[in-house]
Amino acid sequence: MRESAHNLSCEEFQAQLPDLIGSGEEIDDHPHLNSCKLCRALLADLDTIAQAARQLFPVEEPPSSLWAHIKSAIVFEEAATSKNGQ
Amino acid sequence: MPYCTPSTQSPRETGKSPSVEAAHPPASCIGSDCTTNQDQAALLARAQAGDHEAFAQLYSIHKKKVFSLCLRMVGNVAEAEDLTQEAFLQFHRKIDTFRGESALSTWLHRLTVNVVLMQLRKKGLQLNSLDEIMEPESDQRPGRSFGAPDLSLSGVIDRLALQRAIEDLPAGYRLVFVLHDIEGFEHNEIASLLDFSIGNSKSQLHKARLKLREFLLNRPRQEARK
Repeated sequence: MRESAHNLSCEEFQAQLPDLIGSGEEIDDHPHLNSCKLCRALLADLDTIAQAARQLFPVEEPPSSLWAHIKSAIVFEEAATSKNGQ
Repeated sequence: MPYCTPSTQSPRETGKSPSVEAAHPPASCIGSDCTTNQDQAALLARAQAGDHEAFAQLYSIHKKKVFSLCLRMVGNVAEAEDLTQEAFLQFHRKIDTFRGESALSTWLHRLTVNVVLMQLRKKGLQLNSLDEIMEPESDQRPGRSFGAPDLSLSGVIDRLALQRAIEDLPAGYRLVFVLHDIEGFEHNEIASLLDFSIGNSKSQLHKARLKLREFLLNRPRQEARK
């Protein structure tokens, strides 16, 4: 396994990346990465993107008019339920 | 009881009641940064008993996070408003079924994700399908990276550019990326939510990240051309 991992081409290594990354295991010391600057840079970039995304989106305020819509929909539903129950 | 208008200011903004949950927020938690857990439990109990004012306060506490989650998932303000409304209507309909096994914020987060997914399915996004349906058109697919000469993002990312790139991702990629990398869901949870395999979830996430990288790397060239 270790031996064959040494001989992976970039294409083969990158085809395995979703599983390698998704496994949650440390892959920085993968044999292919020791000898491949290209794939090391790729992995670093993907990690940078994932980390940046976590801090990205601000919390947004919905428009104040939204509550009025929700409120009237709830009142309408409750009235319908009450009518059906009678 | 008539409905009141919920406060436009959260207790955090007014400086009241530090949050218990906010001190240790779970990755996939929404709301909860405005009141203590006890306050929310009391509000919830009142809302479950039909107190409209209490429900209005729960809306006030959770509205930003629900709306923001919808916005991240669909990337469109008008749709996010509709989905936020639907999420709170569902919350109201199902409020009696909440038994407190999880935090209310976590429960509401799940409910909101399900509302968004249901809507996307109605609109024709077939999330339970295989890769080829999740795949964007071939010219939109992220390229492989072997042989590309200028790879590094140098650890620095333009936040606005990344945000725009995420919004522009094809719907299937964006969903998995948002659920995993932003909302903190695990692959097995995403697979269950979207009704496909764990392998598919990993693959979609990887492709989404590749697509974002491609966009960010090409951006300086695109701007230079302009």
